[in-house]
Amino acid sequence: MQIVLNGKEYELAGPVSIEGLIKGLGQDGSRLVVELNATIISKELYSASMLKEGDTLELVRLVGGG
Amino acid sequence: MLKPLVIAGRQIKSRLFLGTGKFPSSQVMADALEASGAEMVTVALRRVEFDNPRDDIIAHIDQGKYLLLPNTSGARDAEEAVRIAKLARTASGWNWLKLEVTPEPNFLLPDPIETMKAAEILIKEGFVVLPYINADPILAKRLQEAGCAAVMPLGSPIGSGRGIKTADQIRIIVQQATVPVVVDAGLGLPSHVCQAFELGADAVLVNTAVAVADDPVTMAKAFRLAVESSLAGIEAGSMSEGDAASASSPLTGFLR
Repeated sequence: MQIVLNGKEYELAGPVSIEGLIKGLGQDGSRLVVELNATIISKELYSASMLKEGDTLELVRLVGGG
Repeated sequence: MLKPLVIAGRQIKSRLFLGTGKFPSSQVMADALEASGAEMVTVALRRVEFDNPRDDIIAHIDQGKYLLLPNTSGARDAEEAVRIAKLARTASGWNWLKLEVTPEPNFLLPDPIETMKAAEILIKEGFVVLPYINADPILAKRLQEAGCAAVMPLGSPIGSGRGIKTADQIRIIVQQATVPVVVDAGLGLPSHVCQAFELGADAVLVNTAVAVADDPVTMAKAFRLAVESSLAGIEAGSMSEGDAASASSPLTGFLR
């Protein structure tokens, strides 16, 4: 199953939730903001939101900037 | 006495705002923030880079002490700015925003039309909007009338360190301002900060000048002192300029 993750094609081995993907990527979900198909997903929904073929997912966070 | 700086009903403790980009390390950034005395600190929003794990700089900013002002850097038009703004609001947990729309990569000059469009949308959506703009008095007036909480005219291009090349325009912006004027971008030296306050600015935003200094922490202190010096000078009531000399020494009792 393929999705677009942060602008790049990304292959998922099997069904996975947003929470599962974030953990699999070794990221701390509490520091991230998730946008799924142009909609911001609240943190409470990460575990229940299963990714589907063709989804566009953005994982962003605050960084240093002016 | 100068009145306290109040933006959108909130008193801001320091008139020096500090950016958090380009520092050599998170620890140096944190030490520079401390030395600067700043309360308002800007941050940006970016995609997580999975193969390039960078230090989480935000973890080094005590959010009980500093107010995060996320920017919309990277936005090339109003639509992108609104999208980034919403993500930034979710990430920062509050609705203050430095709006910047810079479609052109060489000079990063702000697009006035897209900035205006984005400001109108974001204000309707409940954001506290501080727009980064060219030093255009009419645009500044239009943005404050639209409900922006401050205006942030540039001195010169972002990160250029060229100082205030827009002095006459900033003076006009200050004269007609009903919201605070924050001079943003191009301030490379502590003396540039003094000039901004002498033009009547309410606050300044500095990043590169501190972050890329040989000693960022000492430079942060230098900028803090420049702000203190400028404000003390304003409170003290400056002399007025004259065309001719006015002798400082007595004009009688010469040895002749």
